[in-house]
Amino acid sequence: MIVAVDLLKPFSYEFFRNGLIIATLAGALCGLIGVFVVLRGMSYIGHGLSHAVFGGAALAAVLNLNYFLGAGFWGLASGLMIGRVSRKRIIGADAAIGVITTASFAMGLALQARFGQAKRSIDAVLFGNVLGVFTSDILAVAGVGVLSVVVIIGLYRKLLFATFDPEVAGVSGVSVPAMEAVLMVLLSATILVTVRVIGVLLISALLVLPAVTARLMTNSFGRMLWLSPVLGAIFGGVGMYISWYADIPSGAVIILAGTLVFIAAYSAVGVRRRSQLAGLSHH
Amino acid sequence: MKSVPEENQNLMKCEHMSCSYGGAPVIEGVDLTIRRGEFVGIVGPSGSGKTTLLRALLGSIKPVHGKVERLPGLRLAYVPQLETVDWNFPVTVGEVIGMSRPQRLMRPKSQNSELALIEDVLERLGLGGLLQRHIRELSGGQQQRVFLARALIQKPDMLILDEPTAGVDVRTRHEVLHVLADLNESPPHGDGIAIVLTTHDLNGLAAHLPRLVCFNRTVIADGTPAEVLQPYFLERTYGAPMEVLQHGGMPIVLEQGGDELRNRLNRSSAS
Repeated sequence: MIVAVDLLKPFSYEFFRNGLIIATLAGALCGLIGVFVVLRGMSYIGHGLSHAVFGGAALAAVLNLNYFLGAGFWGLASGLMIGRVSRKRIIGADAAIGVITTASFAMGLALQARFGQAKRSIDAVLFGNVLGVFTSDILAVAGVGVLSVVVIIGLYRKLLFATFDPEVAGVSGVSVPAMEAVLMVLLSATILVTVRVIGVLLISALLVLPAVTARLMTNSFGRMLWLSPVLGAIFGGVGMYISWYADIPSGAVIILAGTLVFIAAYSAVGVRRRSQLAGLSHH
Repeated sequence: MKSVPEENQNLMKCEHMSCSYGGAPVIEGVDLTIRRGEFVGIVGPSGSGKTTLLRALLGSIKPVHGKVERLPGLRLAYVPQLETVDWNFPVTVGEVIGMSRPQRLMRPKSQNSELALIEDVLERLGLGGLLQRHIRELSGGQQQRVFLARALIQKPDMLILDEPTAGVDVRTRHEVLHVLADLNESPPHGDGIAIVLTTHDLNGLAAHLPRLVCFNRTVIADGTPAEVLQPYFLERTYGAPMEVLQHGGMPIVLEQGGDELRNRLNRSSAS
């Protein structure tokens, strides 16, 4: 009975309940968008965009503008720029991310050095802070989540076609640049509203881990599209809960929980393949 | 005014067409007409602009000179080289085929009538019952048929294929050729389908087609295989001397230095 009370104790605090809700929602949202990030071979983009967001956040802090609005605008602009530069094919997407986002990150560092008062806010962007979550933050994540689900359902086949086979999609009447822009907008919005939970340094992992784990579990795009958000939600919720007892920052625990599940799935796939090969060798 | 019989209807006509990617023209002065129900092979060496020609036919690049006239409302479908497909992408046979259908808002899944159409095409292509399989789990011939099915679901008037037999074994090549010939003769959607493909395979594929175009930056020759597979045209196309033998009524192209093969063919004819 005492154990049960202990296990439920964190739920008596509103800040924990809010943190748990936002961590779960953020995990699901990153899991959903992460499917496209992973399958388009742009896992690095989450990492890059989070750095771009750092520059925007620093600038917003210096100019005394709304902190996350500045970061979000900057991230969105960077995302669209990366998409545009990489489509030219003169330089690859990875190089475009490297140039645009590191320039933005450098600007953030310069502003931080010049205007030291911005440091406190910038720490929150880098490492996340679930203790100060407001209802408005939860609504923002939920809103972007609902928007993402509606857009992905509405454009399901076009997004799949443009991701799997952009050349043929283009000649079949799908506007590939438009689909890329839609995904960049959703990704930038996702980073903007989840940055408070995970922090920019760990957000790229939350974009990748649920999707790659789901990929190990299914060969179907449709199944991956619901499996990845479910895994992301579990990583977020369980990680947040464990962080209460382990007294470790929630972002780190969420990522570690996801990594453990990924390792388990990877090992299980390896065992299954080895046993299939062993079965073949007996025939 | 006399109407054009449907079987002779021009689907597409290129007149003095030149295309470039911003620099010097990759293809120049191309005159080519594709009629309904035709089966056309385009042969030429690597770097001769075959893929650029296909892109111009598809409308994904615009000519810098000349023009391309398309029949109003012309439906085109494209089958890419299998080598360009990402075989690790998590996608089932059903998902590949379904992605080419237009989507109504809030209906991401195929409707029953649509699934029935997909099943019909799959059945016709001998792929029934494979909708839930991952594309990597299929044989080479089945994989080619899946991408053919995705194109056919769009009910095309013209089917354009880039190297459909590149990198496949002899059996798969025969399989693909027979499927294409069958589609050309009796298409699944009523109207005749024109088929245009590129190939490097002169003897295994090109020689079996009703119409052949030798292409190297422009059209070198256009006609039946017997008319086109001539040493003069082949040397102009490939930039190297080639010999042509007749075997069982079929032209067989030999690179110069193909003495060993010629001797074997002669022995085979003698026996």
